[in-house]
Amino acid sequence: MTDLTHLTIADALDGLAAKKFSARELTDAHLRKMATLKKLNAYITETPERALAQAEASDKRRAADGKVGALDGIPLGIKDLFCTEGVQTTAGSHILEGFKPTYESTVTKNLFDAGAVMLGKLNLDEFAMGSSNKTSYYGNVINPWKRQGDTTDLVPGGSSGGSSAAVAARIAMAATGTDTGGSIRQPTYGRCSRWGIVAFASSLDQAGPIARSVEDCAIMLGAMAGHDPKDSTSAEMPVPDFRKGLTGNIKGLRVGIPKEYRVDGMSQEISDLWAKGAEWLKSQGAEIKEISLPHTKYALPTYYIIAPAEASSNLARYDGVRFGLRVPGKSLDETYELTRAAGFGKEVKRRILIGTYVLSAGYYDAYYLQAQKVRALILKDFTDAFKDVDVILTPSTPSAAFGFNENEGDPVQMYLQDVFTVTVNLAGLPGISVPAGLDAKGLPLGLQMIGRAFDEETLLRSAQVLERVANFTALPAGV
Amino acid sequence: MSLDSKTVANIANLARIRVPEADLPGLASELSGIMTWIEQLNEVDTKGVQPMSGVLARDLPRRPDVVNDGGDPNKVLANAPEPAHGFFTVPKVVE
Repeated sequence: MTDLTHLTIADALDGLAAKKFSARELTDAHLRKMATLKKLNAYITETPERALAQAEASDKRRAADGKVGALDGIPLGIKDLFCTEGVQTTAGSHILEGFKPTYESTVTKNLFDAGAVMLGKLNLDEFAMGSSNKTSYYGNVINPWKRQGDTTDLVPGGSSGGSSAAVAARIAMAATGTDTGGSIRQPTYGRCSRWGIVAFASSLDQAGPIARSVEDCAIMLGAMAGHDPKDSTSAEMPVPDFRKGLTGNIKGLRVGIPKEYRVDGMSQEISDLWAKGAEWLKSQGAEIKEISLPHTKYALPTYYIIAPAEASSNLARYDGVRFGLRVPGKSLDETYELTRAAGFGKEVKRRILIGTYVLSAGYYDAYYLQAQKVRALILKDFTDAFKDVDVILTPSTPSAAFGFNENEGDPVQMYLQDVFTVTVNLAGLPGISVPAGLDAKGLPLGLQMIGRAFDEETLLRSAQVLERVANFTALPAGV
Repeated sequence: MSLDSKTVANIANLARIRVPEADLPGLASELSGIMTWIEQLNEVDTKGVQPMSGVLARDLPRRPDVVNDGGDPNKVLANAPEPAHGFFTVPKVVE
């Protein structure tokens, strides 16, 4: 039998329907591989028993009447930011170590209702704050990709580092992720319910899938999305059949190339790949147009006011009283202070302090209010641009994956990793990253496409054409 | 904007995070670096621009003011560090 862990979800669903293998065999294959790749540290909690029980239940459903869900029997990894009933949910933080939610997040409930199997909970930056998965209390996640002829461990990106590493290493067919500033790329804000997802910055957080093909992303998103009255920002919009929308035809599609994204110091490789991406789309009948998003350079500083401000408020709930860690003090205030000092890591504290500062009396107008106004201008840039184009093409990151000791020391240098992605979160737009080529050292580089709000169909259709022409087939060594 | 140790100690107090005295100068210089970088926002002309608190253009939905959840104290207390007699507990706050 072929290695089941290398199948796409689409192929695995076909194989399950044709009874070529069972859900149990598919899950078994992933659990065996997980056991051999523990060094990646992609999972914080593995749930093999639950996975096998879910897989067997799926096989029974299929045998009984063939009535199965959209993801029936598909083994997934779940980012450890999604509350899962009875299964430890840490958000990558010491302060939530041992926390077992008594409820299920809407997105994971939707996935399990569709028949998905949970392999375990995936590692992440603490409270999703980071771009390299180095801030997790549960240790670094190792990127399965290595530079050619070089054994240096590289970061997997972040904050959904466990998700990306697991999907690339074939120890999950796909994974859930969340995106606040550039982690996985995401659907439109409001498309997926945030209920039961540990909050970082509520006006920016959005759940989405990470998978090995655009079609698999479409299948995943269809199962995750939908209106949820428990999240007041969840959109009351019908969920289209994203998979059906993948027609492979982009004739006449207008693709915008934002000139402000040609940032100083962008590597030749990235800029060549970007140009190649535009050529590829053109060869498929798209029309390429230069556009302007004039406030791009202000997106990161805007983000680093708004996200910490919202985080400082959201994370006020970790006080050692109702759940999570408690470090007893002589007074209530001392209990709060000691608990939060011991429970939060360095980056989380840094952001809570920034957030507290920009919201404090005397600074609110100068920082927070100004950032909210610039955010409005960034959204307007996109609204104006989308009058002339249907999708926007940009690089995903300014460089390939880096080593654990690189970009160290200066937090701002690390924040710059998100320069191409953070605008999309501020504007609440859907984005997708497609692997499009390798750099000179053999590391994958991605291209990002950005779509109109609630037009994931056009976005996914365009991304699938890009994927087809790019024909990215490289695999990390040893996978 | 340059933050001094005293300002950082004040913010840390507001955020209820204990920061050891010795860590204050390092933290102050780190946060100053970030705030200086952020200050480029001041060069943007935002006169007449409405601040944006979220991407949703509509008002938040309303629902009838009725109890639709609850009644399960055991679930609520399941993760509490020190529950007692069906309550959360904290150190004594009134002398």
